[in-house]
Amino acid sequence: MSTHDIDDQYVRFINVKKSYDQQSLVVKDFSLDIRKGEFVTLLGPSGSGKTTCLMMLAGFEDVTSGTIQINGKSVQDVAPYHRNIGMVFQHYALFPHMTIAENLAYPLKVRKLPASEVKQKVKDALALVELDAFGGRYPGQLSGGQKQRVALARSLIFEPSIVLMDEPLGALDKNLREHMQYEIKRLHEQLGFTAIYVTHDQTEALTMSDRIAVFNDGVVQQCASPSALYETPANSFVADFIGENNHINGKVESNNGEIAEISLSRGDRVRALDINCPPVGEPCVLAVRPENLFIATAGREYDNVISAEFITRLYVGDSIRYFFKMSDGAELMVKVLNDQDAPIIEPGAPTRLTWATERGLALDKPAGKNPVKAA
Amino acid sequence: MAQFPRYFTIWQKLGLTGVKLTAWLVLLFLMAPILVIIPLSFNAEPYFTFTEGMLAFDPDAYSLKWYQEILAEDKWMLAIKNSFYIGIMATIIATVLGTTAAIGLTRSEMPFQRMIMALLLSPMIVPLIITAAGMFFFYTQLDIAGSYLGVILAHAALGTPFVVITVNAALSGFDYSLVRASLGMGAKPVYTFFKVIMPLIRPGVISGALFAFVTSFDEVIVVLFLAGPEQRTIPRQMFSGLREEINPTILAVATLLVIISGLLLLTMEYLRARSEKMRTG
Ligand SMILES: Nc1ncnc2c1ncn2[C@@H]1O[C@H](COP(=O)(O)OP(=O)(O)O)[C@@H](O)[C@H]1O
Ligand SMILES: [Mg+2]
Repeated sequence: MSTHDIDDQYVRFINVKKSYDQQSLVVKDFSLDIRKGEFVTLLGPSGSGKTTCLMMLAGFEDVTSGTIQINGKSVQDVAPYHRNIGMVFQHYALFPHMTIAENLAYPLKVRKLPASEVKQKVKDALALVELDAFGGRYPGQLSGGQKQRVALARSLIFEPSIVLMDEPLGALDKNLREHMQYEIKRLHEQLGFTAIYVTHDQTEALTMSDRIAVFNDGVVQQCASPSALYETPANSFVADFIGENNHINGKVESNNGEIAEISLSRGDRVRALDINCPPVGEPCVLAVRPENLFIATAGREYDNVISAEFITRLYVGDSIRYFFKMSDGAELMVKVLNDQDAPIIEPGAPTRLTWATERGLALDKPAGKNPVKAA
Repeated sequence: MAQFPRYFTIWQKLGLTGVKLTAWLVLLFLMAPILVIIPLSFNAEPYFTFTEGMLAFDPDAYSLKWYQEILAEDKWMLAIKNSFYIGIMATIIATVLGTTAAIGLTRSEMPFQRMIMALLLSPMIVPLIITAAGMFFFYTQLDIAGSYLGVILAHAALGTPFVVITVNAALSGFDYSLVRASLGMGAKPVYTFFKVIMPLIRPGVISGALFAFVTSFDEVIVVLFLAGPEQRTIPRQMFSGLREEINPTILAVATLLVIISGLLLLTMEYLRARSEKMRTG
């Protein structure tokens, strides 16, 4: 294997399965290759097995079956304290009985670095997260954002090549979270470690990651760059989970492998890109993002038109959201920039909505909530 | 007297006063034996009752001679030495066993947690006389009845449940992600125990140790069964002193015991307050 391949597969999850109770699988057949220096996010609803994957990589949980490799070597026989992986915990996990400086020095003292070097590195680490004056304080005397920065600095100070972050910003308020997202990205670019980040916040995932693995039900639904996830979601779960999406139920009438023709409940025929379209004759879902759905101007002809009844509009600030209801009860949302053109519609008025064919996605119907049995 | 809320009726005022009075009387009832012992131990006369001089606060009616008596008598000095020696050794054993047991029992992968916990705590619930009788027969078989080892092991067994309880309580607020954080940073489990777990549960360990010490220090039943003349402890010596001697030396010893217990209690309270503060950050 060339070094190039090894760098492309620096961290590998190969068919990893995990069961806590020997009955049901929490992680089902998880495979993921992570490039050296890459920033990969595991994104998924809570309970989907993200933390479990990190814990298996860090060595705090056993792997039920499958393999995890780092740099071409299986890690399962390596004790957690020999794996050399940095970790940021959701609730910081700072040692409350040690000062900030002692917390930062901990991994260095464990490695028996000379005192002068420890001192210098602690100083540098404090500077890195802009907490120079806080070395002598205890974690209980810091704010949430400051604690988070200490936790980050502590995970980096022993220069691990891999850093795991489990919802590190979950407990922070919005402004602080955005600031910390920026800090983490800055440190990642500056230091070049391989980052595996866990969040259930899709905006966070979209803004920070090189690649996002969307998790649901212990399975990776799609792993791709943020723009690919947003623009061409692989299935209806991803389409729904990433960003907002309108879902319109229909039936596949024809499909030329690129464009699918779909008939809607009232007999309207519309066209959309075939992304994950079921076979002809099967029910399907048509997904159109609110910013790609437009209110049709009277008298003009469009490719795809559906009619719906206006319900209400919601003033958001930079945009206005218009809510519509289709005759089959499905609700639709249209996002319009807040400028002079934002139309005013009477409640209850029948309205025509339209989209460009390449902006509509023909997708599978989401599976019902059938619990999947362990293999 | 505290002010009553203005909406109180006369009956509510009377009722509340009655409740407070009863509470003070109960407290007095509980404290009276201790409170009587302390002044009597300074009695200048060899009596167990207040003399007229004492009641008149005549300084000559008070003396320290029963305290000097303790220092002068070999049997009391031996008893004091024995009590501390047995108490400290039993406390060390109970603390090590109780702490490790509590840590093991709080791990989620530990099977039969409740059952093992109940077994560990049983010396607290089973009547002491039964435990003592059982130990007597068992230790006689092992040929350690009537030896320091026997008494120390017996007292360690009685003290361990207290350590299990206090350490268990200290661990209930313990964040196990700290252990993972430590391991993840490269610290081995033993290093993690001494640098992370131990400092955070130390108040629980120390108060458990103090309980174990007091348990041994106070204990007389097991000592009656297991100790030979060489191992007589303070309570055991007092027990025989009650019948053999008729002077207030025993009251002076009792006063010393009250003071030691009081100091231990204050230490425990201080530790409890401190651990509370540590937990809330
Ligand atoms: N130590 C554990 N023992 C048993 N079940 C667990 C344990 N940790 C997590 N689980 C279960 O595994 C599932 C996935 O959990 P987790 O990996 O924490 O999900 P996420 O981090 O995506 O929210 C959940 O249903 C959770 O209840
Ligand atoms: Mg989680």
